[in-house]
Amino acid sequence: MSVPSNFDEFLDGIWKQNPIFVMVLGMCPTLAVTVSAVNSISMGLATTFVLAASCLLVSILRSAIPKQVRIASYIVIIATFVTVVDYAIQAISLDLYEALGAYIKLIVANCILLGRAEAHAAKNPPLPATLNAFGMGLGFTLGLLAIGSVREVLGAGKLFGLSLFGPHFQPWVVMVLPPGGFFVLAAWLIVFAAFRHINIKRNTQLGGVQS
Amino acid sequence: MSDTPKTITPSFAMVRTLGLVSVICGIIIVGVYQITLPAVNANKKLALERQVFKVLPNAKKVVTYYATPTGIVIAEGQDQPPAQAMVFYAVYDNSNKLAGIAAEASSAGYADQVRVLYAYDIAKQAITGIGVVSMRETPGIGDKILTDEDFLRNFTALDVRLSADMQALANAVKTVKHGTKTNPWQIDAIAGATVTSKAVGRGINESAQTLIPRLLPHLEKLTGVTP
Repeated sequence: MSVPSNFDEFLDGIWKQNPIFVMVLGMCPTLAVTVSAVNSISMGLATTFVLAASCLLVSILRSAIPKQVRIASYIVIIATFVTVVDYAIQAISLDLYEALGAYIKLIVANCILLGRAEAHAAKNPPLPATLNAFGMGLGFTLGLLAIGSVREVLGAGKLFGLSLFGPHFQPWVVMVLPPGGFFVLAAWLIVFAAFRHINIKRNTQLGGVQS
Repeated sequence: MSDTPKTITPSFAMVRTLGLVSVICGIIIVGVYQITLPAVNANKKLALERQVFKVLPNAKKVVTYYATPTGIVIAEGQDQPPAQAMVFYAVYDNSNKLAGIAAEASSAGYADQVRVLYAYDIAKQAITGIGVVSMRETPGIGDKILTDEDFLRNFTALDVRLSADMQALANAVKTVKHGTKTNPWQIDAIAGATVTSKAVGRGINESAQTLIPRLLPHLEKLTGVTP
């Protein structure tokens, strides 16, 4: 098996193994905070930082951590960087901190983080581990942004807080309520599944023509 | 079964690793806490002033106080709030004159706690404005308390006079059904957002019932302060 390049490691999470649309991981923040594009980007970047920093530290310490205590060690490392992000967001903007609420602290329970630490960072050197985690984080951010933008446009008639349709727009309020998260996520999953289906069909046809 | 002997990790190595990880993580957390603390405190002060200035537009300076059953004390310099203390903000205008009092009220709404900051006018003995500190009410329904002009008009002079014995409000603040308000101490609810309207009324009533009787007997302490 060929060893993936650093660029492949980075791209992996953005497209091929996108945490939201392909692996369907981290659904709690995906459904809860995506009521606006700004919230989505903020949560995505916070998760990206925690992912990259914790995978870097796990990778550096990987040979020193015995497997019996690895999960405890990973959780402590992840919780540390979640605390760091929590303080940083409070220092940057209290409004954003209020908007993201308990979901900043809940990053610690996001399965993408422990999954990456266990499945990738613990087995790879620091550079590919960090790049892979960074790519995953950006993939997660793009996924949240895709959902958050649609919900904000339909549910509030705005994008990044800017009004798009003028004062006479009647917002589709359910889109910024919890059911809206499920509707938009489902719609994006259908789009991604359709893409994959078309790709597979095209590859099969190409394979048939070549043979 | 494999004949390869399993390597046994000594307990000391596991404890040492967990200790090492904890020390590294501890240093990171404490370091970041110390670095961000001034910015976090500045942000909190700014957010409070922004809220207070919204309900008391003449405000220039805000001083935080604790109201206890026995009196009022300035919060600055106190490590811990006194027992049964209630926080309120004395607000001063450009000429260092007491412009009003602001305090927080909180009660359970439809989705979560509805927290509002209200302005209390000492001369009028009335609540003269409210601003929402935080809420998670239904968008388009409960959050009308932020924008509904008829609802906000309830707080131009909401009567919170004290009774003759100065132990409680003369008339409890009460939210009534939309269109049935007859007295100045009543709040006319928003049609369709009654639960949130009632939460605002209940919160203000509970807060004012405790704060104003504690505050008025010691008013000279506030007017005498030069912030």
